[in-house]
Parts: sequence; C-alpha cells; structure tokens
Amino acid sequence: MEWEIVMGLEVHTELATKTKIFCGCSTEFGGEPNTHVCEICSGLPGTLPLLNQRVVEFAVRTGLATNCEITRKNKFDRKNYFYPDLPKAYQISQLYLPVCRNGWLEVTDKDGNPKKIGIHEIHMEEDAGKLIHDEFEACTLVDYNRCGVPLLEIVSEPDFRSADEVIQYLEKLRAVLQFTGVSDCKMQEGSLRADVNLSVRPKGQAEFGTRTEMKNLNSFRAIQRAIAYEAERQIELLEDGEKIVQETRRWDDNKGYSYAMRSKEDAQDYKYFPEPDLPPIEISEETIEKIRAEMPELPEQKKRRYTEELGLSAYDTSILTSDKAYVSLFEETLALCDSPKDVANWIMGEVMKLLNDTATLPENMPLAPKDLAAVIHMVKAGKINRGTGKNVLEKVFTEGVDPEKYVADNNLAQITDLSALRPVIEEVIAANEKSVSEYKSGKTQAMGYIMGQAMRALKGKAPAQEVQKLLHEILD
Amino acid sequence: MDICSMSALEIGAAIREKKMTVREVTEGYLSAIENTDGAYHCYNTVCKEAALARADEVQKGIDEGRYTSPLAGVPVGVKDNICTKGVPTTCSSKILENFVPPYDATVVKRLYDAGMVVLGKLNMDEFAMGSTTETSATGVTHNPWNTDCVPGGSSGGAAAAVAAKLAPVTLGSDTGGSIRQPASFCGVSGLKPTYGAVSRYGLVAYASSLDQIGPLAHDAKDCAALFSVIEGKDEKDGTSMENPKFDFAAATNGGMQGKKIGIPADYLGEGISTDVKAAIEAAAETYRGLGAEVEIFPMPIVKYAIPAYYIIACAEACSNLSRYDGIKYGYSSPNTDNLLDTYIKSRSEGFGMEVKRRIMLGNFVLSSGYYDAYYNKALKAKKLIQQAFFDAFEKYDMLLGPVAPTTAPKIGESLSDPLKMYLGDIYTVMINIAGVPSMAIPCGFDRENMPIGMQLIGKPFCEAEILSAAVGFQNATDFHKKSPKES
Amino acid sequence: MQIDKNLVMYLEKLGRIELSEEQRTASEKDLQDILTYIDTLNELNTDGVEPASHSFPVANVMRADCVTNSDRRDAVLQNAPREKDGCFVVPKTVE
Repeated sequence: MEWEIVMGLEVHTELATKTKIFCGCSTEFGGEPNTHVCEICSGLPGTLPLLNQRVVEFAVRTGLATNCEITRKNKFDRKNYFYPDLPKAYQISQLYLPVCRNGWLEVTDKDGNPKKIGIHEIHMEEDAGKLIHDEFEACTLVDYNRCGVPLLEIVSEPDFRSADEVIQYLEKLRAVLQFTGVSDCKMQEGSLRADVNLSVRPKGQAEFGTRTEMKNLNSFRAIQRAIAYEAERQIELLEDGEKIVQETRRWDDNKGYSYAMRSKEDAQDYKYFPEPDLPPIEISEETIEKIRAEMPELPEQKKRRYTEELGLSAYDTSILTSDKAYVSLFEETLALCDSPKDVANWIMGEVMKLLNDTATLPENMPLAPKDLAAVIHMVKAGKINRGTGKNVLEKVFTEGVDPEKYVADNNLAQITDLSALRPVIEEVIAANEKSVSEYKSGKTQAMGYIMGQAMRALKGKAPAQEVQKLLHEILD
Repeated sequence: MDICSMSALEIGAAIREKKMTVREVTEGYLSAIENTDGAYHCYNTVCKEAALARADEVQKGIDEGRYTSPLAGVPVGVKDNICTKGVPTTCSSKILENFVPPYDATVVKRLYDAGMVVLGKLNMDEFAMGSTTETSATGVTHNPWNTDCVPGGSSGGAAAAVAAKLAPVTLGSDTGGSIRQPASFCGVSGLKPTYGAVSRYGLVAYASSLDQIGPLAHDAKDCAALFSVIEGKDEKDGTSMENPKFDFAAATNGGMQGKKIGIPADYLGEGISTDVKAAIEAAAETYRGLGAEVEIFPMPIVKYAIPAYYIIACAEACSNLSRYDGIKYGYSSPNTDNLLDTYIKSRSEGFGMEVKRRIMLGNFVLSSGYYDAYYNKALKAKKLIQQAFFDAFEKYDMLLGPVAPTTAPKIGESLSDPLKMYLGDIYTVMINIAGVPSMAIPCGFDRENMPIGMQLIGKPFCEAEILSAAVGFQNATDFHKKSPKES
Repeated sequence: MQIDKNLVMYLEKLGRIELSEEQRTASEKDLQDILTYIDTLNELNTDGVEPASHSFPVANVMRADCVTNSDRRDAVLQNAPREKDGCFVVPKTVE
C-alpha cells in the first residue's frame, strides 16, 4: 500500500525583547541561576503580571509577515499544570482569542509547484524555567532565569506532506522572524523549537490517521531524521495490523530514535480559563498600519529589490536572503564598496566556503563588512590578485587580522612597476633552456610551464597577463 | 481621653496638634493588644518593635512636615493576606505559616507614604475562604460583642480589632463580602471599593476578578480617610484604574436631600431574619427623614448570584492556589522522596478542609467537559448581573439592603454545613460579581444585642456617593458609636 | 450533576491533594449539596448572552520593554524550604 505522511508544526520562538513578558527582568541568555528573576516571574504570592508592549508589537509583525489576520481584541488565558519549571503552576498563554489567525507561508512541493502551508494561529505566551539534574544527589535544581521569557507559538495547519516541505517552511519562518527582528532563532539556545505532529494514512484516504507529537528536535537535521523514523514506525505498526497510540514522543538525536513521554490515558487537563489579572489587548487599524510601516524589509522584498535594482540573478538573491547574517554582511559591505555583483560573489563563494570549512553558523559570522570590503577593494584595484585575496580573507576570517596591514606586512601587494618584471622573466628564461627550446620548436604547451615558473619567481604578485605579454614579447 | 476610643481622624488631628505623640498612640494600642487580644485573637502577628521604631520615625516626619496626611501617625492593622516586607504573611494557613514576603503590597507602601504605623497582621479565614474566621489555621477570632460568636469573615480579625479597639482602622479584603459581613457582625463600618479602585498588587489572590482591598473603621469618615490613602491607579496592577481624584469633602458631606435609593425586593425575601429586616426598614425610614426617596424594586437575578459566585471564585482559586507546592516557599512536607509526593503531601497537610473543598470545586467547574456548563455559564450570569445593576442605577443613585440574613452565629455552628454557610453570602457576592462599590455600616441590634449591618451599594467608582450616604446616616443615628463594653 | 467517590478522587488528583477516607465521604455529600444548588443556575436563561470578562472596560495596560529589575535572587530564594547552588530543589524529576 502507498502511504501518505501528514504533518503539522508547532513552532515556539523566543522573542528578542530586552525584558520578560510580564516583568522587568532581563531576558539575557546565560547568567548564574536565578539571577534574572524577581517576585513576579518566580510566582511569589500577591504578585501580578504586566504585559510587555513590545511582545504584542512583535506578534503583530510576525502575523503581518505570515499573511495572518490580526485579532483586534485578543486576551490571555491560563493553562494550568503542576511542574517545578512553572512557578505559578499555570502558564499565561492564549487559547480562546490568539493574537493572529489564518495565515500562510509558501513552499515548493515535490513537483516543483508553489504550495501554501496554512498557519492556524500565532499566540503569545511565557517560557518555563530550567531543571538541572544534580550530579551528586538524587535531586533536581530549579532555575527560573528563562521563566517568563516571551514566546510566540506558531501553529500550522496539517498541510505538510514531506520532510522537505517542513524544512522549507521552517527556513522561511526563521528568515521572517530574523528579518523582522522578532527573534534571533538560535536553535542551539532553544530560541527556535519545533514540535512535529505526524500521522500517516493510505494515499487517497480523506480522514487523518492517529497522530503523535514529537518534541526535542534541536536542529533541521534532527527534524528530518525524526520525521523519517516516525513515519516508518507508524507505517510498520499499521502494516502489522496494530494501532497508533496518540502520545507525545521525545526524539533522542544521539541514538536516532524516539520514545513515548506520556500517553493519552495520562492526558493532562489544562483547565484553561481567561486570565483575570490581564486586561484584554485591543489592536486598532492604526496600530497595525504603524507596525506595518515600520516593519523591516522581508526576504521576499529584498529579493525583488536585489534583482530589480542591483541586477543580481534570482539564484544569487535567493541564496543571499536565506539567512539574515548574509543579508547584513551583503548590505553593509555594499555600502562600503559599490559593486553588488562582486560582493555577492565573494559572499556566496569564499565566505560561505569558510563558514562551511570551519563549521561556523552564519549567525556567528566572524567577518566584519569593512574587512570584506577592504579585500574586495584591493582585488578590484589590482593591488592583490584574486588568489591572494582569498588567502587574505581566510586570515581575516580565522585570525581576525586587518587585511590591509596583513598585505603590507607580508609584502603581498602586486608589482605594479612593469619595468621590474623584465629582469626576473629573463632570469627564468635563462634557467629553463629546455622548455624554451621546446616552445620554440613548436610545442606551444611548454609556455604553460614557463609561465608557471615565472609566476613562482614573482611570488604570484604580478598581473598574469602582463607576465604572459612579456614572455611572448621576448620569445616570439 | 482614652486613645483607643478615638476615631482615626481624631487621633490624626490630636497628633498634628501635638496633644499626643505617635509613640504614645502606638504604645496605647500595643498595650491594649497585649492586655486583651488573648480573649479575641484578632492578630496573627504583632509588630511591636517595628511599630515603635516606625512611630518615632513618623513623628520626626510629621514634625519636619514630610507627612501631612490626616492619618499621619495613626496606627493601622493589616489583614494577613496583604504582603508586608519582612513581616510574616500567612493567610492564616499552615501552608504559608513561615512565609515572609520580600516586598510590600502597594497598599502597604501607601500606608507608609501617608505616615501610618502598622501594628500587625490580622486573623482571617484561611486564604479568605469562609464567612466566620473559623477556617483560620491559627484559631478562630472571637466576636467582641459576644465571644461565643464568630466575628464573621473572612476579614474577621480586621473587623473584631476595630470593634475591640485594638486598632482604630484596619485593611481587609473583600471577595464575596469579606469586609462587609464581618463589619456588620462586629458593628463597625467597612468599604468594599469598586473593582480596580485599589491596587491588588501584594494581595495574596483568592479570586482575582473579585478581590478588592478596603478599609474598616469605627465610622464612615474614617473609612473615607483610609480609602483616600490607598485608592488610585497602580502601575503594578493592570486591572487597577485611573479615576477622578477621590473627593474627601464630597465623601463626608452627608447630604441626602433628593437622593433616590432603591431596595432590591429580593434582599428582603425568604431567609432574612425578622430583626434584620426590621432594621433595614427602619434605616429606609431614616433616609426618608433625611430627604431621600426610598423605594423597593424587583431584582430577581439575586437568586443566581451565589451559584455564579462560587463557580467563578472557586475556579480562579484553584488556579491561584496551585503555586503552593512545598518547593518555593511555605510549608513543605518532610519525608517525601518524589515530586508527586512533595506536591500532594505538602498541599494535603498544608491546606485546611474548606480550602481543599474549594480547590476541588474549582477543578470540577474548569475540567474538560464541564467548562461550558459551569464556568462559561457563570460568566454569562455575571454579564446579566452587571446589566441588572446598570439598569438599577438608571433609576437610583444607590441601593440599600442588608449585609447578611442574620447576625453573627455562634462559634461551631457553621462549618458542619458548608452549603448553609455559602447561602449566608447571598446579599454580598453579587456586588463583587458586578464590581461595584458597597459600604457596610451598623444599623441596629437584634434581640440578643448583636449588631446588624446594612450596605449601601453605589455606581462604579462612586465611593464618595455611598460614603457620604453612610456619613449622613451616622450623623442621624448612633449605632456606630455603640461599643461592646458599653452595651 | 451526580457526584460519586471516583469523581471526588479525580478532583483530588487534579488539585494534587489527598483526602482521608472520612473526608472523602463527607466531601462527596458536601460537593453534591453544593453542586445541586449551583445547578439552579441552569434555570437562568442566558441565550445569546456574551460571557463577561473584566468588570470595566479597560484594555492595553502594558509596560515599556525596559529592564527594571536587578538581581533579586536572595529575595526570591529567602523562603525556599531547600536551596542549593542558588537554585530551588525538588526531588529528582525524570523525563
């Protein structure tokens, strides 16, 4: 039988606000346990939440960038459950009237056709604290530094049919969140987390199968692997005539398998009800328009501008806009050396290669726009050749050297005084009599060898075409 | 003159006029507490050292002109569910028996800003759940009028302390009648302000959409004075509201000429004792004598107030009380070796039966499958109750009615039948659901010589109006001047 | 609404409390009485009525995104029954 995989995503993203969602504590990552904590976010009796207005602004930005309707009057609800990482024993979230609804992002399906993935809703909520398992005692330590950090939960419709669509959607969503300044989306630090709901059904069947939810997916690779594993597990069970149990499963990326966390029998009753401590949020048309007007340029808009105004190819623009770090480097470098094509080529060639070789994430880009501009500038001006330029860039990238100083200190600048070339080339000709006579007897390929020897003698610092010109002049 | 028999405003005036010092006043109350509170148990905690130190500091501030409030230098007692930095705040519950807040509630800060001196923390029903102060884990408070009787609740300590002259004014909290009903049972005056008029920041939550902090005192003028100290928008409480500045002069004017007062017919129906009913009818006559028009009108929604109240209050309570888990603060059961046990044992040993009952009730009405039938239904009833008040206020300036169907019951009579205790809240809970203000003042005595209270219910944020009506009544009567000893 | 022992036990579980057998029996009766009374609310016609939210029209009460809190660890931990390495302590939780 042919099976179809059906998936929906719940993406949580931590917002790039300065403070927590309901109190004035810093959201800074790291820090000693419980040092970014106050009476409010630790749930002391008598304290009350007060909403950070930036969170609403970020939610609306995200909604606008994902084609959502903005809920004009939305409000918070309490989701009640007991766990030590949740000091009030309820999470302030939005169930009944989430801030955004009915949006979409576009991906390309396996046949290459555009496909809209529906966004059911986006809601605002607070993050929980962190549990640290003690190494020496049978106990767990509780740190509330992350507790109350603002989150958006972005819930898709069950529109995905392949892991590829999931990854495309996540890449788009990440770009939107990064470009709008809503989140830095660092998966390693947990500021972008995706839970995958997955079910399978015989191809052609209209009803959905029983679904499972997978958690702890910390990278795109983990998501891909977990989807493959879970789809196969479910198909095997069904083919063996067994039933799928609706459950939450935790992915173990080291071992490459998932296991059930809690099953339906144990399902929690979250007893949602409207949060009485927070007044509703009313978002006017005016506010929406203001946020829209102030919204940073999105990837799609940048692509259009890069092709139309800068004359870059569609392929180049889609690569450049795939990560906010590339865009920042591109735009800031471009501001310093007015040559879009060169800047784009350097980033897509050398910079991406260096990131890849050193396993560096784009968001941790060690290269400053002014240094990239300096290298491009030196190559373009003929001060160094392209090969030297690549070597210099690598030194800048790995050791943080100043490109201009490095070129000067290591005497890498090209020989611009052509009269200095002739004696060196004459020496090379004298030292390679055999190849010279071969060339003269008609073996034109011998010229390549002589040329190589000449460039070596010049330590690569001479313009190749000048050297070639001189060689022909002397030998022909 | 005996310091403890003076009103708060009289004490404030005497201090300003240098007829007495803040220390003398504070010492006077501290020694009264030491001598007589053993018989009443109004206080859970008395801040003797801190109060005396504070008294000297305040005196200096008054002398230097820094404290100019009419209540500067006046001692005040605070209900034990209002957070006081460095002073235990127990909610009269074992689960918070050793809880010392690291911060002051906004109202406490405002007391300090006005130059008031906190005497200590007052007994209450556990987490404000109860109508008798019998659910307190620290023991019942005795009604100063008859120590065999309860003082009412949940602010029983706050009302009894005023009646027993162990504080000139106190702060209580009112979720379903918890200021007005004990005020009524103890023969003192108490104001439940409009929802949002006073900051809840630092009030340990029972039912967040209904809770309000308010003053209790010997008379309405003192209530007005203390209310003007604590009222007003607080940036830490998103549900507190900006209002026109409270006008103390208007609130103590007392004029009733041409005012229209409505009495809900359903407040005088089945279940009310004949003595209470007679006292309310007499009060209506008093108002007519003062130039007001008084008429009875139907308000049939009254009978649905208790069901709606217990659904909303218990739902919010079960959520608000989930944070007491033996991990972050308060009582933690010893000898538990797993997480679930820590929760269950700490909570089972830490909470009393009435609290557990309301937690179960709240969990029931919120649990999946019952939410719409109960919680959502109650929110719709809330809408209709708000509408009923809105309609009534189209016709009347204020409403008049009893606070409770009876006077204070004997200790031990109420707890055996929780439903019966809940039914006693019939005249008070509706006011909290509607969010409107209500002022309780003494209006008579029953045949056992126990105080009877009436309430004046006002339009939202019209505290001045009902305070003024209370002042008018107290200018014409002397029920509020009676005290247990003289009776 | 009919209350039975199982429901009482389920409500205990939801609230993370445990009653003695005696309390459980008493609670069954008390909750039954209370809920029977509460069920009188069904007589109230609420067709077409919007559920109320907050008592008065107040909206958009928000704070600016400015850090106002410094390290409050000592204050927050001062009431903790157990503390270790600047953290609250719970019995080992297992995922």
